[in-house]
Amino acid sequence: MIPDLGKYGFEVASAYAVSILLLLVIVGLSWRQSVAQRRVLEAAEARKNG
Amino acid sequence: MIALLLRDLRLATRAGGGFGLGLVFFLIVVVLVPFGVGPETAILSKIASGILWVAALLAALLSLDRIFALDFEDGALTLIATAPIPLEAMGLAKATAHWLTTGLPLTIAAPILGVLLQLPNSGYSIVALTLLLGTPALSMIGTFGAALTVGIRRGGLLLSLLVLPLYIPTLIFGAEAARRGTAGLDATTPLLMLAGITAGCIALLPFATAAVLRINLR
Amino acid sequence: MSLWEYANPKKFMGWTGPILPWAFGAAGLCLVVGLFWGFFLTPDDFRQGSTVKIIYLHVPAALMAINAWMMMLVASLIWLVRRHHVSALAAKAAAPVGITMTLIALMTGAIWGQPMWGTYWAWDPRLTSFLILFLFYLGYMALWAAIDDPDTAADLTSVLCMVGSVFALLSRYAVNFWNQGLHQGASLSLDKEENVSDVFFFPLLVCIAGFVLLFFALVLLRTRTEIRARRVRALQLREVRQ
Repeated sequence: MIPDLGKYGFEVASAYAVSILLLLVIVGLSWRQSVAQRRVLEAAEARKNG
Repeated sequence: MIALLLRDLRLATRAGGGFGLGLVFFLIVVVLVPFGVGPETAILSKIASGILWVAALLAALLSLDRIFALDFEDGALTLIATAPIPLEAMGLAKATAHWLTTGLPLTIAAPILGVLLQLPNSGYSIVALTLLLGTPALSMIGTFGAALTVGIRRGGLLLSLLVLPLYIPTLIFGAEAARRGTAGLDATTPLLMLAGITAGCIALLPFATAAVLRINLR
Repeated sequence: MSLWEYANPKKFMGWTGPILPWAFGAAGLCLVVGLFWGFFLTPDDFRQGSTVKIIYLHVPAALMAINAWMMMLVASLIWLVRRHHVSALAAKAAAPVGITMTLIALMTGAIWGQPMWGTYWAWDPRLTSFLILFLFYLGYMALWAAIDDPDTAADLTSVLCMVGSVFALLSRYAVNFWNQGLHQGASLSLDKEENVSDVFFFPLLVCIAGFVLLFFALVLLRTRTEIRARRVRALQLREVRQ
């Protein structure tokens, strides 16, 4: 299934690996920050209303 | 405005005012380079004009945070801001003071230090000319950066991070003009670009500087 | 002085909530389809061999790196003129995404460069410009982080973005001049302007769409986080005062 990347196999593979890794990092970080902030906000709102 | 200029000049040149610091730093960097790249004349004379430019640029950075910091801390900046002269002119005066106490001395020192770097004979006047045209831009851009970071405690490193990328066009054209002049080639295009950038900075950055000062003085 | 009483951030949270999963879904779909198509189903290039496959990452990332900065510029202008907090926060939110795109462009460019030029780094005008852009992003993010008061931070970073944009453009021309001056007509360009034949072009288009949608989704997500953070800060200030 993997196409024959010839002599440039390492370069292509590492380019894809690095890019996908960086994309996962920014998506993951953004997601985690969003969840954490939502929790903090809910706690603050609860304190205000409670 | 002249009074402000003279005041800053006096402050900078008195003891502890940082006047000599830039020059000494310039000297030190120039001395360090041959230790880094080797003493071979052929190599040094090729990179001499570029090294002088980079070293001068870094030395100019050193005194940037002084431009507004002291006045900001003791509240003098707020007073000056309410004075009848426009804040834009104030920014220009500050930049001029910086240039007179840092940029201009560096420009004069550069040909002297060029001897240490085996600068070819053809290079002396062109290096001085490019620095003369370029250092005002460095002072004006630096003043803008200083205004941006004036409220930040120990913002010196951040100031460098912000200002150095802004220095790149001036550096490219200044060093390229110096390189071409040293090699005996026609340096008109980069010289004109360099002068253009400096003129643009002097004409426009005072407005940005004033806007930023107003924000920080709120 | 409740923040939610301002219509703008509340409305923003209202309409972005439902569309966020769709945005991420569409982005994921385009990326998977585009990359799969490009990686598995396209032939090798005559000159560049299989490294041409890097184009499906490098070009979209480079495009987004520039577009992210332009979006930040527009958002900064809107903040300075109209004082919409969502705009300032959106600019702040976009920067980390933009710098990631710049990093991807730089790294894929460097990796691509190794077989093409024989070196991992070359001071090619385009790569150099992206390196400078990376520094501008760093400075922008550092300034946001260094200032306590949110409105002052928004104002200062907006001015920095504007001044930085002028200098970034200037740098682009300077760098072109700087490299051309040394290597006359060296063909170091990574074929963005080269005629990309159709077989490469369509998967590339899908990948570009994927990156655009991902940027859009991430900025929405991150802006929502910033708005919540702002709300938390307002609540905390109220608690302190009471």
